Amino acid sequence: MCRTDQSVPEPGEEQDVDATDAVFTALLEDSAEELYEQAPCGYLSTLMDGTIAKINATLLEWLGLERSQVVGRMRFTDLLTVGGKLYHETHFAPLLQMKGEVSGIALDIKTAGKQRMPVLVTSKVKTSEEGEPMLIRTTVFDARDRRAYEMELLRGRQAAEEARRQSEADRARLQEALAVLQQSLLPAELPVVPGLEAGSYYHTASPDLLGGDFYDLFPLGGGQWAFFLGDVCGKGPQAAAVTSLARYTLRAAALHDPDPVSVLTTLNTVLHERYASGEGRYCTAIFGVLQPADGRVRLHLASGGHPSALIQRADGSADYLPTPGGLLVGVLPQAPFTAARTDLLPGDTLLLYTDGLTEARTGPERELYGDDALRAFTAAQPPAGPQSLITALSGLLASFGDGLDDDTALLALGVPSLPSIASEDLTT
Amino acid sequence: MDTRRRNNVTVTGCPDGPVLLLAHGFGCDQNMWRLVVPTLAESYRLVLFDYVGSGRANPSAWDERRYSSLDGYARDVLEVVEELDLREVTFVGHSVSAMVGVLAAAKAPERISRLVMVAPSPRYIDDEGYRGGFSAEDIDELLESLESNYLGWSAAMAPVIMGNADRPELGQELTASFCATDPDMARVFARTTFLSDSREDLKTVVVPTLILECRQDVIAPREVGAYVRDTIPGSQLVTLEATGHCPQLSAPQATAAAIVDFVGAAS
Repeated sequence: MCRTDQSVPEPGEEQDVDATDAVFTALLEDSAEELYEQAPCGYLSTLMDGTIAKINATLLEWLGLERSQVVGRMRFTDLLTVGGKLYHETHFAPLLQMKGEVSGIALDIKTAGKQRMPVLVTSKVKTSEEGEPMLIRTTVFDARDRRAYEMELLRGRQAAEEARRQSEADRARLQEALAVLQQSLLPAELPVVPGLEAGSYYHTASPDLLGGDFYDLFPLGGGQWAFFLGDVCGKGPQAAAVTSLARYTLRAAALHDPDPVSVLTTLNTVLHERYASGEGRYCTAIFGVLQPADGRVRLHLASGGHPSALIQRADGSADYLPTPGGLLVGVLPQAPFTAARTDLLPGDTLLLYTDGLTEARTGPERELYGDDALRAFTAAQPPAGPQSLITALSGLLASFGDGLDDDTALLALGVPSLPSIASEDLTT
Repeated sequence: MDTRRRNNVTVTGCPDGPVLLLAHGFGCDQNMWRLVVPTLAESYRLVLFDYVGSGRANPSAWDERRYSSLDGYARDVLEVVEELDLREVTFVGHSVSAMVGVLAAAKAPERISRLVMVAPSPRYIDDEGYRGGFSAEDIDELLESLESNYLGWSAAMAPVIMGNADRPELGQELTASFCATDPDMARVFARTTFLSDSREDLKTVVVPTLILECRQDVIAPREVGAYVRDTIPGSQLVTLEATGHCPQLSAPQATAAAIVDFVGAAS
């Protein structure tokens, strides 16, 4: 170390020298001067204006300069590279003047042969007894290895920083692509259907995962409308690909022959043909046709393995429209599908949903929410149309919190209530 | 955002005295003025502040685009001046801040009526027929020095910079902020400072101007001081018996005296 004050014994302390001390004394032949000159670090003292007053041999050797060239002729900053000079003037000198000591600053000195040598500089101001600054003592440590290592670290950090920026940009781009794809699986908004009201809701379990639930509502011409809602097994890009295929197959098949069983049969054939040889992809779905007539809407639907539709009647009751026995779509080359018919009267609402709703976990026992609870919940809602029912159900889904771990799609279609005669009387 | 808090504005001195606005340069913060504040506070109302990106200014106000040109720093000055509704201001700018003052005075001549430039340089890099003292490579080297000194800056730097025992006011609190700048912000300020060219702007100065230079200054050599004097009509150049780039630290009495001489005791 450079600081000599602790290692130099006081004269007179060594009077009772024993044998061991004698050995050490022989080794420690260095005088204080020797220690200063040959210290393993550079040492220099400057006047307050930076003029070098004293410098040790170690530092002179690094600099490749003679003492006579330096003492009284050069300032400390003259030893530094230009960048080091700027840093010294803008940071080092102000700090030193304000605080009296600055430690471990990385600078470069110019060595013999115009090389740069990274060093760590520590300076301390020596003051008189009156507190007047008198001179600056500076140590200069060789930091070549350390700086090389630090540069490695710095480059590593910069590379990591760059990689992080890149991955954030990639992630943002991917999110955007996913969002666009996801939207392509669902209608941006439901069409306006004369004599019908419609509402829908889509809950995504994870924003990163493309969902496997789908629904749609579209015209068939001649006053007829078709709708469907389904659930592809699995999640993620593979499920989304099936979702997309299912959605567009259903739309195309319905235009060809809107009979619900025929439409599901076509979908079954397409999915089976496409996926049977591979990983086996299938879905559940309800497809139906609506035909408004005489103040009511004729409903004809078929289900392939999908939970039964629920109908909330104008009188406040709620009942499932059973479609037992329909198979999953796409599993077998030929599959039976179950059809059902009913009429929707003014004030009636048809609800289609995916099993994310009925298979949500609720309560402390984490029990399945279940079909009965859904029917009871629906019956407890005032029969105020699809929008109102969707709002109530989305509130229910939100109340499940993390008990709802699957995507959930809701589609509600209803016939508007007849205007109340009593309210007409009041307004006229 | 509240400009006073954003720029860590400090107001001290005589409430009714003429206003001196003290603006620090690249590297540290308003504490650069500490040694001249006691003298100047006897005669003037002193307003000190930190540029966004320096000292204890609010780092959340940082905007890399804004502070990539000296105009951004001049906007800090104008916003402080307007927030405090200062008039007849003598703008005292150290180093690059001298040029910030030139820009601010051009935009608000009704508020800034005098300039004191401490160790100014309108351009650091040599150019045809002009010697600023540095090459473009030199500036790159400075940016490199900044980088190597920021490795572990916050963790290692502050604790080892010791407070001076006989100046307790320079204690912990100061240690925490003085010269300790966010590396990304410091790099932007360094580039803006050392790559800017304000020579044309000097010609716009119409207010009385005092130029203070040091006898020996690595960053702003004497010939740059002479250039500034020759370019600003009617300006005065005073050479302080000081070395280094910060006469307000190395020769605080002489620096304060020169400012008092120029501004006068009262306006």
